[in-house]
Amino acid sequence: MTEQVEVKPLAVRMHNIHKRFGTVQANDAVSLSVRAATVHALVGENGAGKSTLMSVLYGFYQADEGEIEIEGRPVRIPDAHAAIALGLGMVHQHFMLVDRLSALDNILLGAEQGFFLRRAQAMARERLLALMQSSGLVVDLDARVGDLSVGDRQRLEILKALYRGARILILDEPTAVLTPAETEQLFAVLAKLREQGCTVILITHKLKEVMRLCDQVTVMRAGRVVHECAIAETTVEQLAEAMVGRKVSLGRSEPAEEVAGEIRLVAEGLRFTDAMGCVRLKEVSLSLRAGEIVGVAGVAGNGQSELLAVLSGLASPQAGRLQLGAQTFGVMPGERWLDPRIARQLGLAHVPEDRHARAMVMDFPAWESAVLGYEALPAYSHKGWMRRAAMMAATAAMMSRFDVRPPLPQLGSSKFSGGNQQKLVLAREIGQNPVLLLVGQPTRGVDIGAIEFIHARLRELRDAGCSVLVVSSELDEILALADRVLVMNAGRITGELPIEACDEKTLGMLMSETDVAQVAEEVEA
Amino acid sequence: MISFFKSGATPPMPRWAELVLMPLVNLAIAFALAGGVVALVGQAPGLVLETLLQGAFGSLRGVSYTLYYTTSFIFTGLAVALASHGGLFNIGAEGQASIGGLGIGLLALWLSNSLPWYLMWPLLLIAGMGFGALWAAVPGYLQAWRGSHVVITTIMFNFMASALLSYLLVHQLKVNDGMAVESAPFGASAHLSGIHQVLASLGVEWPSSPLNLSFVLALGAAVAVYLLLWRSRAGFRLRAFGSSASAAEYAGINPRHQTLLAMACSGALAGMVGMNEIAGVNDKLLLDFVGGAGFTGIAVAVIGRNHPFGIVMASLLFGALFQGGAEVAFEVQGFTRDMVVMLQGLIVLVSGAMSHVVAGPVARLVHACSRREASFTEKETQHG
Repeated sequence: MTEQVEVKPLAVRMHNIHKRFGTVQANDAVSLSVRAATVHALVGENGAGKSTLMSVLYGFYQADEGEIEIEGRPVRIPDAHAAIALGLGMVHQHFMLVDRLSALDNILLGAEQGFFLRRAQAMARERLLALMQSSGLVVDLDARVGDLSVGDRQRLEILKALYRGARILILDEPTAVLTPAETEQLFAVLAKLREQGCTVILITHKLKEVMRLCDQVTVMRAGRVVHECAIAETTVEQLAEAMVGRKVSLGRSEPAEEVAGEIRLVAEGLRFTDAMGCVRLKEVSLSLRAGEIVGVAGVAGNGQSELLAVLSGLASPQAGRLQLGAQTFGVMPGERWLDPRIARQLGLAHVPEDRHARAMVMDFPAWESAVLGYEALPAYSHKGWMRRAAMMAATAAMMSRFDVRPPLPQLGSSKFSGGNQQKLVLAREIGQNPVLLLVGQPTRGVDIGAIEFIHARLRELRDAGCSVLVVSSELDEILALADRVLVMNAGRITGELPIEACDEKTLGMLMSETDVAQVAEEVEA
Repeated sequence: MISFFKSGATPPMPRWAELVLMPLVNLAIAFALAGGVVALVGQAPGLVLETLLQGAFGSLRGVSYTLYYTTSFIFTGLAVALASHGGLFNIGAEGQASIGGLGIGLLALWLSNSLPWYLMWPLLLIAGMGFGALWAAVPGYLQAWRGSHVVITTIMFNFMASALLSYLLVHQLKVNDGMAVESAPFGASAHLSGIHQVLASLGVEWPSSPLNLSFVLALGAAVAVYLLLWRSRAGFRLRAFGSSASAAEYAGINPRHQTLLAMACSGALAGMVGMNEIAGVNDKLLLDFVGGAGFTGIAVAVIGRNHPFGIVMASLLFGALFQGGAEVAFEVQGFTRDMVVMLQGLIVLVSGAMSHVVAGPVARLVHACSRREASFTEKETQHG
């Protein structure tokens, strides 16, 4: 097997790539060699330079120094068009699709041949059907992209790249949005493409997936390549250590020692319909106790976000009841059922899923974002005037306690990396000693090192008697953190399990069960 | 990935360069372009520029007129900027200023003959701010509770303000024997003293001009807006709402209250234009006394980057163009006021709409220079 790999020619050779942005050396003498017809993993923390490297390869950026060879020929790649012409294809983490157009039109967009659309469509359809057959990427070409599932959209993106003649596919965090089943499917497709001679570069931070699918791996840290080897010769632990630069442990911790305490929150019969008339929560009931972490598992978009929004007062359900400590909240037509300000006063803290839109004001300096929601506390304002010095001191304290880097309260909120933003938000929310903490996607877009840190803080909080609800689309995270797991699917809670009864397979089934039923319904109709 | 968008090729600019250097560079470009146009129509750009500067700053009288125009622009600029910090585009400063002036006029007609100046002045200010605030609060309410966009409603309210003022002046307030559409003159206590009068009482000689105490009020308003936005809790919430409505909602900030508050405060600031024009200069109510200052306020706020200090500076610039332009039109043969309007347009275009076009090269230049002086400490570079 190893010998076979050696024989294959190089599909991509990047040599001595340098790229700097201002004072930041994003790529420092990076060299990457990818053999044809292999799946090559490029792993590293956020900001390690892997996206920059791929952007240089795909023509978004020009390297300050260095050479690129594609299939043995030295090339210059001034823009994405040139990259496509050279047989490169990129599938971004955030899909580049037009929701209102059909799948077919999306593939055609920008690659229409000739003046008449209908003929181009017919020609494209023919070629695509053949492509779908050979690659196993099956998508309904006439469906509107807006109606397609995330997995379908991703297949569509890959198909789009192949249609444009890509022989070298770059996939940026492709599994971040997929269910375990969809991930399986994707990997099967990638394996098949590899067999057919396609080269795949996989940017990811999920090391287990790397181990399963890839042939070769390159680890980057701080703009440099720090490790490079064949998958057969390495382990997850080794890779994680190379990525972070020290040993990390992301395994399960001990579950809560004592039996969970008093009930802190009870929600009953929550029903929520969004502005589009789509029912997002159907009769959801749950209770949270002191001293436990409850994990909500589920594929993104099955009502977890809405559950968080409703529990924190950001959205008001159409039916249901909420008991927070001694207070009860019911549905009030035309009015907010729970003012987020009152929720905070009752000790309910919330780390929202969407850091950029909710958790911080990106235009604010960090010290202003660090008091958001708590600005009326006497520590931060007095008689209507903000206490700037106190706010700044408090922010500096949060930053040192939560190891936020760089520890500069004056720096703009948007200038911090995702992990550091998250740590600051967590510091703010935990800082007021909440009795209840709702956390959405605690480690989305966060580096491994910071994940470890954030998990530790959440466990500390639980051990101090706080009741924590964690919503995460990462099963590993739920398994690592939770004492009790709720599974959400299509707006319902489809399972409640103590952590001892959980494993990836059981949860995966609960997460996608009704999905299958729904698909069956749709097929019949 | 987010890092794609975060890391542009342009190095970050130091603060002093962004706040001082960039506006000057943009201004120079605008003047150069305008100079080109002036040359194209066969005039001497040097002469025009000299006459303009001479007219605006060459004499105490010129300076006084410049500052008089500046005053109204500060009020409307602050009005637009305050709304903008609340995420609202208030195009209605013109109308709010008219109605503020109407409030001042009505109060003056009612009470100026029976109250002394020290009661009259604060009452006039309250009337101007109150009328302006109410006029702006209506669109604010309509957006917050009914979802009608303020950009649309404030434009409509400009027309309504103009129509209301005309109706009242023509049918209710007009003095019978006059040809002009204007109210009866106010009593003396409603007259805001001119700066030359104040200085004369202090023994300083100053040429007579329309510049009045409103200028001091305008500077005070700029300071007050700064304190409100960046030092008060209300301002914190307003800015949070204006920068990110969803984050503000998360923080428990009521979006409706913020919209209403931002519009009312904005209208109150615009309403103060009446202090300058009605109480300070005309001493009677008349048509069109705002004279476009409400719209100029938008340009002022854009160029002043919505910061009170920037707005005072931008107002000074526009005041100088207004005064100097009048002088040029008067002095230079074949040069009309339209040329000055063109210059204003170019300044708005370059400093406002295209302000970041040259940011990249300037940033690289600054970067290159500061790297050469790498031995300097950070602090010294900032001063330099």
